[in-house]
Amino acid sequence: MLTINNLHAQIEDKKILNGIDLQINAGEVHAIMGPNGSGKSTLASVLAGRSDYEVTDGTVEFDGVDLLEMSPEERAREGLFLAFQYPIEIPGVSTTNFIKTAVNEARKHRGQDALDAVSFLKLMKERMKLVKIDQSLLSRSLNEGFSGGEKKRNEIFQMAMLEPKLAILDETDSGLDIDALRIVADGVNALRSKDNATLVITHYQRLLDYIVPDFVHVLYKGRIVKSGGKELALELEEKGYDFIKQTIAEGV
Amino acid sequence: MSLTETIQDKYNELNAAAGNGLLGSIRAKAFELYNKSGIPTSRNEEWKYTRLTGLTNKNFAVHTTAVVPTKEMLNNVRLQSEFAAELFFVNGVFVKEISTFTNDALVVLSLHEAADSEYKTYVQQHLNQSSKYMKDGMNALNAAFTANGLFVLVKKNKVVEHPIFIYHITGTENDNVFVQPRSLLVVEENAQVQLVELYKNNGLHESFTNEVIEIAVQENARLEYYKVQDENENCHHVGTTHVQQVGKCFTHCVTITLNGGTIRNNINMILEAPNNEGHLYGLYMVNGKTHVDNHSIVDNLKPNCFSNEFYKGIMDGNSTGVFNGKIFVRQDAQKTNAYQSNKNVLISDNASVNTKPQLEIFADDVKCSHGCTVGQLDEDALFYLRARGIGEKKAKALLLHAFAADILEQVKIDVLKNYLEKKIDERLDIEVL
Ligand SMILES: Nc1ncnc2c1ncn2[C@@H]1O[C@H](COP(=O)(O)OP(=O)(O)O)[C@@H](O)[C@H]1O
Ligand SMILES: [Mg+2]
Repeated sequence: MLTINNLHAQIEDKKILNGIDLQINAGEVHAIMGPNGSGKSTLASVLAGRSDYEVTDGTVEFDGVDLLEMSPEERAREGLFLAFQYPIEIPGVSTTNFIKTAVNEARKHRGQDALDAVSFLKLMKERMKLVKIDQSLLSRSLNEGFSGGEKKRNEIFQMAMLEPKLAILDETDSGLDIDALRIVADGVNALRSKDNATLVITHYQRLLDYIVPDFVHVLYKGRIVKSGGKELALELEEKGYDFIKQTIAEGV
Repeated sequence: MSLTETIQDKYNELNAAAGNGLLGSIRAKAFELYNKSGIPTSRNEEWKYTRLTGLTNKNFAVHTTAVVPTKEMLNNVRLQSEFAAELFFVNGVFVKEISTFTNDALVVLSLHEAADSEYKTYVQQHLNQSSKYMKDGMNALNAAFTANGLFVLVKKNKVVEHPIFIYHITGTENDNVFVQPRSLLVVEENAQVQLVELYKNNGLHESFTNEVIEIAVQENARLEYYKVQDENENCHHVGTTHVQQVGKCFTHCVTITLNGGTIRNNINMILEAPNNEGHLYGLYMVNGKTHVDNHSIVDNLKPNCFSNEFYKGIMDGNSTGVFNGKIFVRQDAQKTNAYQSNKNVLISDNASVNTKPQLEIFADDVKCSHGCTVGQLDEDALFYLRARGIGEKKAKALLLHAFAADILEQVKIDVLKNYLEKKIDERLDIEVL
């Protein structure tokens, strides 16, 4: 589904991604772990199409097409979804209207008619249950005054509404208490299928108890330095990131 | 013939026809002042960014009597709504015959009628109060032609249920036209009223409006005032709204500019009594070559007054904007609370805004704050929307709509709010959500 080849990216001459290779197939869950500042969010942003980052080398294919050529909205309509680490507050834009617009843009792209008000409400009710999000939140301005946990839940709700092919969750677990974490994970798991894939970015192993990955990758200084199964996450948890740093240092 | 020359001829003509009396002496003094100060140039600090000389050198006809428009023309400008009164100015002259005002809370007269009636003292007390603050030639020029203006009294203890609409119609079918509407509104004790001013130009030639409206609000009264400008690029406008809060009262003023040529709006809020409260809001959303200049004065004369001013601008094309907000806190005005904010979004590289707060504080126990911003749309917000599949154009429109919404919310008349909302969405080219 997603093939990343030798991806290099920088911002204002600062090199952040230094040759990333990653292959994600339909039905898989991948986790990317790594210390703060290793480039996890940058990778997510580059994949979502943020133009501040300049891709200096490498390719990314999404379902056989060149992802890097597409605008952010085209990527989203093609089924790529990024749950932001820091969702933006947008006063004056109602959450419900925003989601409705987003859903209908994707439908238009697929050649489907816009959802009428009744079907949209029905879908919304159903997906609200999935992530246990409250109606009152959705009638407010987008993320405005939401708590950290509410913002994260709203991200997962949007994901549930948009049913992406590839969901990238950037530290969706940070700032969540254990109950909220479980709800978010349940939501993600309920949406898993053999046709879609998930890339979970996290700093801690905790989330991976609930969203069990098929593959774990360690990102360090803009490169994937180690890949393995879910046990790699446990090893990292136990030995800490210093162990990775040491391994790298010795290797040089 | 230039406008400045035409004015000399027309003044004599009008003055001879209108006779002497109270208005006559106001006219004479004002004309003298006008001749002394002339049309303000950019050398005048208050007019640094707004040039009128290009206009006053042009040929404009000055009409001092009204041409009665057809029903069709009137319907063209009316907002379909329930109203307490619909008052029409045609080419700057109040036309009572086509206005409707069967409301027992109101007295509606032409200014010269009022000056000769039992309401004379109101005219004496409140007419031309703005000249104390507006010392330039434009204000004097309007006063020099005061004759066929409008007088409205909202009677004591009356709550006017529906809004009063004032429509200003300018006919530029045949030539360029210069018009000078003049109004005086007095809101007596415990009365409440909503007033809307709308402007409409018919024709392809240029119009130049020089308006003054003075409003005196008395003890415990409540005023809502809306000024909406949506004429075409050939319509120029200099206007002063002078709100004198005589007793402890509440006012709420909103100025919305959607289109026009060269526009200068002055608004003065004079807080003359202790415990006065006043709100000033503004939204300008312009493109092309429109120039919009909002100048405000909030004058705190007595203790414990509260004022809040919030203006927002969306500037596209080659448009230029000015915001100048003065707050005076006089020596007696202890415990003044005065807030001011001006926020602008530039959506074109060629648009610009000059924004300047000016605080002059002579009391020590006051709370004042002011702030202004000029920027682009928030890139993070834009990216967030686009990352959900919303196209760039629509994402921008949603953000601009949201930006304007703060001010639109301050429009408390549904029919007006819906009208504005529709206009703004049309402009943004988005479907109403
Ligand atoms: N917009 C930016 N401008 C400058 N530096 C940035 C920017 N975004 C990220 N960086 C830098 O890139 C590095 C990686 O950041 P990030 O991708 O956020 O890491 P992570 O998500 O793994 O914590 C950090 O050193 C960070 O300071
Ligand atoms: Mg991060």
